[in-house]
Amino acid sequence: MERTETDLIAAVLGGDTSSFEPLVAKYSPRLFATARRYARRESEVEDIVQEIWVKAFQKLRSFRREAPFEHWLMRLAVHTCYDFLRAHQRSREAAFSDLFQAEEDWLDRFVSRPSSAAEDAEAARQLVGRLLEQLSPPARLVITLLEIEERSVKEIAGLTGWSVPLVKVRAFRARAEMRRVLAKMTKEKYL
Amino acid sequence: MNQDELHRKLIAAARRNAPSERVPHSFEKRILALIRACPMVDHWALWSQALWRAAASCVSIMLLLSAWWWFSPAGGAPAGTALASASAASNLSQDLENTMLAAAESEQSLDLSR
Repeated sequence: MERTETDLIAAVLGGDTSSFEPLVAKYSPRLFATARRYARRESEVEDIVQEIWVKAFQKLRSFRREAPFEHWLMRLAVHTCYDFLRAHQRSREAAFSDLFQAEEDWLDRFVSRPSSAAEDAEAARQLVGRLLEQLSPPARLVITLLEIEERSVKEIAGLTGWSVPLVKVRAFRARAEMRRVLAKMTKEKYL
Repeated sequence: MNQDELHRKLIAAARRNAPSERVPHSFEKRILALIRACPMVDHWALWSQALWRAAASCVSIMLLLSAWWWFSPAGGAPAGTALASASAASNLSQDLENTMLAAAESEQSLDLSR
């Protein structure tokens, strides 16, 4: 008979470490997808997910069972990704002159005829990644959760531990930062 | 260039291309090996253990001080009478007064000698 999550968690807390494996197997795909939004290199992604699971194991006693395990785990994941962004603030002043040819072509297509620049193009995805890397950690987190994952402000507040007004303020600042980065990119390329 | 449209297109591109959910081979095994190496830390248990130890130390110090006070001659025990306690208290207050007024008294005696 398949054991429920509650049984598995109780078993882990009782000292049966192997009961943690089904939880890892079930939620790792989602955690990998989340981590890939914030880290580019696969080694960094693996480190993030590994850290999330170690933290989850060590803090399992603090899981209150009022909300589903998945919510608790996702909160932990968002916090770990945010810590990663803060710890790895690369030089965000990277120039846009080193765009790949495909990215430049996509931008050129957009300038000449916006409708011809396809949204599902790999070049567009690369370009977004490049833009997000230029943002500050809170701006990147908010833009990812609010605009890309299309979560509500309340949901973001729950995931990040920030208050609803703080999420709104950070979202406002993040959009302004994104506009500045976009303006910088277009200015460097076309002026 | 229409920057709002560019922003909208790029965000739409990011939404369309959701990151992969691929998990490396035998990742679960690796995590399990890792957590077996670093055991679960129960902070509540650590705190309660430390607080119980501190409480036991405090109680033993309190008992020792009580015993010392009770059995010392100034403390009044073994007789433990009210008279002995009162005499000890008055001695203590006298000592305190002498100490506090020592400086003033020495100044006074200097003035008188001049």
